Amino acid sequence: MAKYLLLKHYRGAPAAVNDVPMDQWTPEEISAHVQYMNDFAARLEKSGEYVDSQALSPEGTFVRYDGEGRPPVTDGPFAETKDVIAGWMIIDVDSYERAVELAGELSAAPGAGGRPIHEWLELRPFLGTHSTTTDCTFK
Amino acid sequence: MNEVLLRNLTPSVLGILVRRGADFAAAEDAVQDALVEAVRVWPDDPPRDPKGWLVTVAWRRFLDATRADTARRRREDLVDEEPAPGPAPATDDTLQLYFLCAHPSLTPSSAVALTLRAVGGLTTRQIAQAYLVPEATMAQRISRAKRTVSGVRFDQPGEVATVLRVLYLVFNEGYSGDVDLAAEAIRLTRQVAGVIDHPEVSGLLALMLLHHARRAARTAPDGSLVPLAEQDRARWDTTLIAEGVTILQLALARDRLGEFQAQAAIAALHADAPCAQETDWVQIVEWYDELVALTDSPVVRLNRAVAVGEADGPRAGLAALAALDDSLPRHTAVAAYLHERDGDLSTAARLYAEAAHKAPNLAERDHLTRQAARLNSRRSQ
Repeated sequence: MAKYLLLKHYRGAPAAVNDVPMDQWTPEEISAHVQYMNDFAARLEKSGEYVDSQALSPEGTFVRYDGEGRPPVTDGPFAETKDVIAGWMIIDVDSYERAVELAGELSAAPGAGGRPIHEWLELRPFLGTHSTTTDCTFK
Repeated sequence: MNEVLLRNLTPSVLGILVRRGADFAAAEDAVQDALVEAVRVWPDDPPRDPKGWLVTVAWRRFLDATRADTARRRREDLVDEEPAPGPAPATDDTLQLYFLCAHPSLTPSSAVALTLRAVGGLTTRQIAQAYLVPEATMAQRISRAKRTVSGVRFDQPGEVATVLRVLYLVFNEGYSGDVDLAAEAIRLTRQVAGVIDHPEVSGLLALMLLHHARRAARTAPDGSLVPLAEQDRARWDTTLIAEGVTILQLALARDRLGEFQAQAAIAALHADAPCAQETDWVQIVEWYDELVALTDSPVVRLNRAVAVGEADGPRAGLAALAALDDSLPRHTAVAAYLHERDGDLSTAARLYAEAAHKAPNLAERDHLTRQAARLNSRRSQ
């Protein structure tokens, strides 16, 4: 019963094994990929492990506070930013092992030539908000 | 209308439907419908016999659903077989339902969800909110769990330990959404204690009550964690403590020690100390030795190292800690605490910061970061 974020990177993750940009796939390969992703999410909904998934636009804006009475400063996008998030999926699973298993399945989505992309996904555990009661003598 | 009183009837009503021949999954759905109906109707029209009312409505719902289903033949058979409504052997059924919901073939999260719904009488939405997942996900988790146990024979005896583990998980989830899971776990454990006489059930109930008694003192108004030694003991709930201690003493007198009784004994010793300085750490270490013998759990050994540090001094605690795997959760936090007690503030500050980095939740992370900051600002003065 722990939540994990599966992070997919546009940029910043190590290179995938089948590292061909999507615009060089055939339309059928793209359809197969999208179908795989949808099926994966549907399977997680059925197993009661799905929480959320979202895709992000590759380009965004940096914003910061600029002092009392002044509008926020905006900047970017920066071409040199190393790490660009493409999207995420949030799962709620019984163990770390299960989270790794699911991330592995997601990484097997088909790409160029219909072969698995073997894409590197980043798996990050959520920090719970509260502390469990009985497993620590300090509380 | 008291919703908890209503929900207390859930397992016995469900048990009656299953005894009448309804399959568990369909009966469970029907009981949920009846509960919803009761919440709607009872405030204006309270029944004289609440349980009888629920059985009648749930049974009718079950028949309607079966009729809508393809299993028409089966439904007709059941109508023919329908026994006269009346009192049923509720206690056995209740326990059987707990066994079923905690069946070893279920994953922990499925067992928890099924227990909260089928015997706890919570709605899928409430359970989803408590565990911060979408309602659709929780609905799937519950129906999957029901399918998993659908082949289990209802009259098979189960193991009490599996039920207790599920209730312990629910209790530890604490409070989120609009459902107080700790209170719910206590209510369910009381119910189990009411239908089976077992020292570990008493041990778990005592443990929950003793921990729950400290709840108000455990968090500051801003939500930050207050460690045991700094808690305002005037805010501990003495009624809950007295009840927990009484239940525990009766259990211990039966001389069938188990891990929950030993944990409760430690909680009782904390509850018994008028201030942190007067805690009987020597006895607490002895109980940890019992717990190590019972469970051989590394987490227990880690907590034991803290107790040794209090009983025999921080050096002794650090020596106990040195024997443990340093990748254990909270190992670094314990090391930081013992180094601080030993007067090595720079090591302690570094370890608190490191422990904060590895903390499993926000409350502990913030607490440990504050400890590091406290020591760092003291040293720079």
